Amino acid sequence: MKGLARTLKRVFGTAARPLAESLVAIVLALAIGAVLIAVFSGLLPGHSAFDLGLPYAAYAALLEGVLSLNGMTATLVYATPLILTGLGVALGFKAGLFNIGGRGQFLMGAVGALAVATVVGQSQSSYITIPLALLAGALFGAAAGFIPGALKATSGAHEVVTTIMLNYIFVFTTYWAISGPLALPGSPQAISVDVTTRNAALPIILGRDGHLGILVALLAVPLVWFLLYRTTLGFEIRAAGANPDAARYGGMRTNRLIVLTMSIAGLLAGLAGATTILGVVHQVAPGYDTTVGFEAITVALLARSNPIGVVFSGLLLGAMRAGAQSMQIQAGVPPELVDALQAIILLLLVINVLRRWLAGRSNGQRSAPAATVGLAQAAEGAQ
Amino acid sequence: MTEDAAKGTPPALEMRGITKRYPGVVACDRMSLDVRPGEIHALLGENGAGKTTLMNVLYGLARPDEGTILLDGREIGIAGPSDAIARGISMVHQHFMLVPVLSVAENVILGAETMSNPIFVDLQEASRRVAALAERFGFNLDPEARVGSLSVGQQQRVEILKALYRDARILVLDEPTAVLTPQETGEIFTLLRRLVDDGRSIVFISHKLYEVLEIADRITVIRRGKVIGERRPGETTEEELAELMVGRAVELTADRGASHPGEPLLRVEGLHVADDRRQEAVVGVDLEIKAGEILGIAGVAGNGQDELVQALIGLRGALGGKVTLAGRDVTGFSPRRMNEAGVGYVPGDRHKFGLILSFPVYDNLILTSYYRPPFAHGPLRNDAAILESAEAQISRFDVRTPSSQATTSTLSGGNQQKVVVAREFDRELKLLVLDQPTRGLDVGSIEFIHRQIIAKRDAGTAVLLVSAELDEVLEMSDRIAVMYRGRIVAEFDGRTADKSEVGLLMATGGRTAAAAEETRA
Repeated sequence: MKGLARTLKRVFGTAARPLAESLVAIVLALAIGAVLIAVFSGLLPGHSAFDLGLPYAAYAALLEGVLSLNGMTATLVYATPLILTGLGVALGFKAGLFNIGGRGQFLMGAVGALAVATVVGQSQSSYITIPLALLAGALFGAAAGFIPGALKATSGAHEVVTTIMLNYIFVFTTYWAISGPLALPGSPQAISVDVTTRNAALPIILGRDGHLGILVALLAVPLVWFLLYRTTLGFEIRAAGANPDAARYGGMRTNRLIVLTMSIAGLLAGLAGATTILGVVHQVAPGYDTTVGFEAITVALLARSNPIGVVFSGLLLGAMRAGAQSMQIQAGVPPELVDALQAIILLLLVINVLRRWLAGRSNGQRSAPAATVGLAQAAEGAQ
Repeated sequence: MTEDAAKGTPPALEMRGITKRYPGVVACDRMSLDVRPGEIHALLGENGAGKTTLMNVLYGLARPDEGTILLDGREIGIAGPSDAIARGISMVHQHFMLVPVLSVAENVILGAETMSNPIFVDLQEASRRVAALAERFGFNLDPEARVGSLSVGQQQRVEILKALYRDARILVLDEPTAVLTPQETGEIFTLLRRLVDDGRSIVFISHKLYEVLEIADRITVIRRGKVIGERRPGETTEEELAELMVGRAVELTADRGASHPGEPLLRVEGLHVADDRRQEAVVGVDLEIKAGEILGIAGVAGNGQDELVQALIGLRGALGGKVTLAGRDVTGFSPRRMNEAGVGYVPGDRHKFGLILSFPVYDNLILTSYYRPPFAHGPLRNDAAILESAEAQISRFDVRTPSSQATTSTLSGGNQQKVVVAREFDRELKLLVLDQPTRGLDVGSIEFIHRQIIAKRDAGTAVLLVSAELDEVLEMSDRIAVMYRGRIVAEFDGRTADKSEVGLLMATGGRTAAAAEETRA
């Protein structure tokens, strides 16, 4: 532990401590996951109870699944929406906001992209349809983020409550859209158009299914970093998150910042939804849903709200998804183990965050009473 | 120490050659300290001199790089706070470690519970023991009372009781009087005397000179991680101690010189301001401050000063009335427009409005000016200009920081306040609003900040100084207004004002409020 911390410190400076905490959380989660596999191995056909070789076999298969060319492409594809939405959640944390609305914002982004595909795609080439669809997804997502932001700024309604409630509204808005205005004409059951028939499918740029969205995500990272650390707006966002009172004294309009930050977070999640629909899913039936909004919270926490860190944590979670199948085929371990691993990582991080928040309360500044705000502040780590 | 050794009674505590290094700094440089049984030993030093680090070493919170600790003449190693407590060393922190919803007795036994059986705590027995202990030392505390309902002074006694309950032989008190009223300070001193008469030893950490002279048997002065000297109260003076502590001669009372008031700059007419509970906290205040004049507002905390200050800097709207700055109506201006109109502000609670502690120093220096050139090029930050200006201000205002990139929370309180002062003072100001600008600071920083204020006044700024510390108001102000229940009840000339008269008005207000009504009518 100590040696690791010292090495990290030499290379990463002040970022060393949060980095070490994240790494410990990952390693610990893998260890706990190994225990889980061993304990439950008796339930799998062909294995004795407490098969101590199985965890090793499972992780080896997982890694093998990632390290192939297809596996690496799949990792990138899975990571794309996680990185985009994770950037949004991280931006929220920086501003002292806890955005749990990634799910709804993602789905509204999907609706925006489908709307363009439905309306424009038939008559226009993909050079026009795709940019328009991405733009619409981003704007729809931004609108979905704007609402809880505006509610908080005008009435003080807490974003944790409003984003969770709005998630349901957006889920059903999506079902209504694809069974109504965006339904495939002439189809007996409610289903959206297939974007591949509407000049809206994202081009494949890598391997079998590595779509253009990967580039969108990787481009968003430096943009968000630049926004946070090189612009005055980013300074305002970070100041409002770290000490709203001082930000107000500094002449910053904190309510405006809340609305703006939530809208940008929604925009990023909307892009995640749009690229997923246009690049992977193509056609949406009622019942379509996503867990990206929640996984993005793990991504942002694991990255300590650092945009560059989001790339790595997004890739890590993406790799777990990509390797899950090979783990099931080769070792017989159900892919749900990956969900368990993610949950354990989140749990370990939150324990850490709470501990730091509790410790930080005694020395001023973190005076905000709401635990969620503490979480958001603490998520910034050593900032 | 040698004479004690000759007598055969070793010091209760001896720390020899303690060195503690942190990256970039030596917090303790071969520091030695010995405390005899039945002695109050004061540790005097400026903020950041190494007092707290030395005590953290004693309490097992920091591991020394060199040096030894001897308890009753035997060398020991201290693994952590619980180890220290087990050896009879207890610490009362500046920020109390109490659970407000629990009773006094429950707080005292927390972590050292008396058990009636392996599962249940015997609260009656605990209460009885705590009561007996309180009685023995004359604490005057009800063991059943909820800690949350006690005054700060009483809470501190609970902390000391906690230490005694664990049979502390050596009690470390970190700035115990910082939060107390003068009367409570007197009470705690009586109590400390009783404890040392019982044979215990006390290490009393402070930077207040008169206090140390009053209570201590011996005084060890430290500066920048080194022990500078040892004095006995009878053989030294405040001036000598201050010089040892700061490293040069210090003016303990600011020489504010003559003021040369010019045109009226700030005019407040019939100002009404509401507090957070929407009660009227400022009730029709009229004020006028001339260029080159310091107006002090004396008042017990909570008489509307906070609301008045916040209205003047734009953080709080006015219910009615008018604020004019250099002939221009600035009523209801936002903080930014106030700032641009030439208003500077130093808050007493710098952690709330003054600084973003998790940000580097250079970012705090541009908190109010980040959006305009040269710090911004349109929407972009100009980091080169920000850093350059930060370096200049750090050296001009003597901010002791490893670098302009250091996280602000790592600076000492005095240096944090200097960051605020650097930001607010380093430009042309029409009005300077100071809300307890030296609260919790050491003499060196206080002297520095007072000088800066006077320099600003002499440059033609109108200065409003609000403080609950009457001494500071009396020392600094050219004119003094007393605020009571949202009204200005009296005004004095700063040079002739009598402390007890002002103090009485602060406390009662009423009598003269009627008189003020009469004169107005």
